[in-house]
Amino acid sequence: MTIKYSEDHEWVELTADDLVTVGITEFAQEQLGDLVFIELPEVGDEISLGDNICVIESVKAASDLIAPVSGEVVEVNERLNDEPELASEDPTGEGWFVKIKLSDASELDDLMDEAAYQEFSEE
Amino acid sequence: MRLVSNNIGQEMIETINEFTTVFHQMHVNAGAKMVSFAGYDMPVSYPLGVKKEHIHTREKAGLFDVSHMGQVKLIGANAKKALESLVPVDIIDLPLMKQRYALFTNNNGGVLDDLMVTNIGNDSLLLVVNAGCKQADFAHLQNSIGNECEVKVLVDYALLALQGPQAGEVLAALAPESREMTFMTAKTLIVDGIECLVTRSGYSGEDGFEISVHNNQAQQLAQCFLAYEAVEWIGLGARDSLRLEAGLSLYGHELDAEHTPVESSLVWALSKTRRSDGIRAGGYPGADVIMDQIVNGVPQKIVGLQPQGRAPVRDGVMIVDEQDNNVGKVTSGGFGPTTGKPIVMARIHSELSSGTKKLFAIVRDKKIVVEVVKLPFVKQNYYRG
Repeated sequence: MTIKYSEDHEWVELTADDLVTVGITEFAQEQLGDLVFIELPEVGDEISLGDNICVIESVKAASDLIAPVSGEVVEVNERLNDEPELASEDPTGEGWFVKIKLSDASELDDLMDEAAYQEFSEE
Repeated sequence: MRLVSNNIGQEMIETINEFTTVFHQMHVNAGAKMVSFAGYDMPVSYPLGVKKEHIHTREKAGLFDVSHMGQVKLIGANAKKALESLVPVDIIDLPLMKQRYALFTNNNGGVLDDLMVTNIGNDSLLLVVNAGCKQADFAHLQNSIGNECEVKVLVDYALLALQGPQAGEVLAALAPESREMTFMTAKTLIVDGIECLVTRSGYSGEDGFEISVHNNQAQQLAQCFLAYEAVEWIGLGARDSLRLEAGLSLYGHELDAEHTPVESSLVWALSKTRRSDGIRAGGYPGADVIMDQIVNGVPQKIVGLQPQGRAPVRDGVMIVDEQDNNVGKVTSGGFGPTTGKPIVMARIHSELSSGTKKLFAIVRDKKIVVEVVKLPFVKQNYYRG
């Protein structure tokens, strides 16, 4: 099980050869505050690294989820439609956002490992 | 995750030498997230978070540091008459220890600021004005009526708000005579040996108090309230969502210098005595414009809108009709933790305020159905005795 992190405070977990699950980190969740609305992409959407793929709204602020990798959206966490608070309460578990089939697995190499991310988010 | 917009940030004023209130260290110790607001380093939220702070205030009691707001005394036999020359509100007949909502207007009838006025006796009025407008307000008072009364800015005073259904019990335990107070009245109370000027009012839609206290004793007073299980510090984030649910205007959003009180749906705040058929009609800046508008109506007004679905509709979002004509703009939009839905106040064409036509908010190029609803979104819960 490999988990990598983006500079936009997303976690990317490699679950099969070319399949990743993406969500926001505990740090991101704390920064955002209570989440009230999440707009997810459609299954089948082709996304590129750096695209805005989800809208994340907290009580006071609007943010975007930035695609940490390129590929095809193969599953979205439909529960977030009615329970956006899942992403606040359990961001690295029940509150995952999307599953993506990688089009370029080498993009994972540009993401941070946990130690590097810890250091990055403490800055 | 990348931040796109932040409502609180819109009011930010970048300053290098930022002001702090007397409670600053208490906020930091309480783990508050601090932001720059109207030149002050203020708590936007505490570890509880905006949503829980909001709900706590609706269910128990919240303590707000609002010391960044301006407090000014007008002193002198002519103070009431002088203030009447600046506001479309009856001040001369404001009874002793009663409070009234007022608005400073400009020559076009636009609103310079909204404020609370209390007749504190001894020919004195206490004014509480918005933080972001206070320097301009002080200058306005000094320049306009400084010759008729003393304009004394209370730089050494803090202001706390204790709001929520349990606020009454908490204050009564400390100062039993506060029980006699009803909404929009004032009293000098001794709380834990500290003299405070207290009004039964606030900005949350709940019963509660605003408490003016000298800086020297302010922290002790705050500790006194926080010792109660029911009381938690509440930040500016929840202050905003509470007032929005309560349908209360915020200067710079529903109110500004470009719009009159009539255009901001505040006709209720314009005293009968100061209207065209009143005994002291007019006599304030922009009176002709405002009195004409009361009779003949205005092209736009502020209404409440209920968006369909969960997506928040934020400040500045365009409102359109079915033919995509631009018919208005959101002045305050967010999520109501009590209602569990997005809530909106908007300035729209008056003829649409009856809600007979279908309206939409444009959010990220999508049309979201919005319905005109009666304000407030959450029933106001004031103590009227």
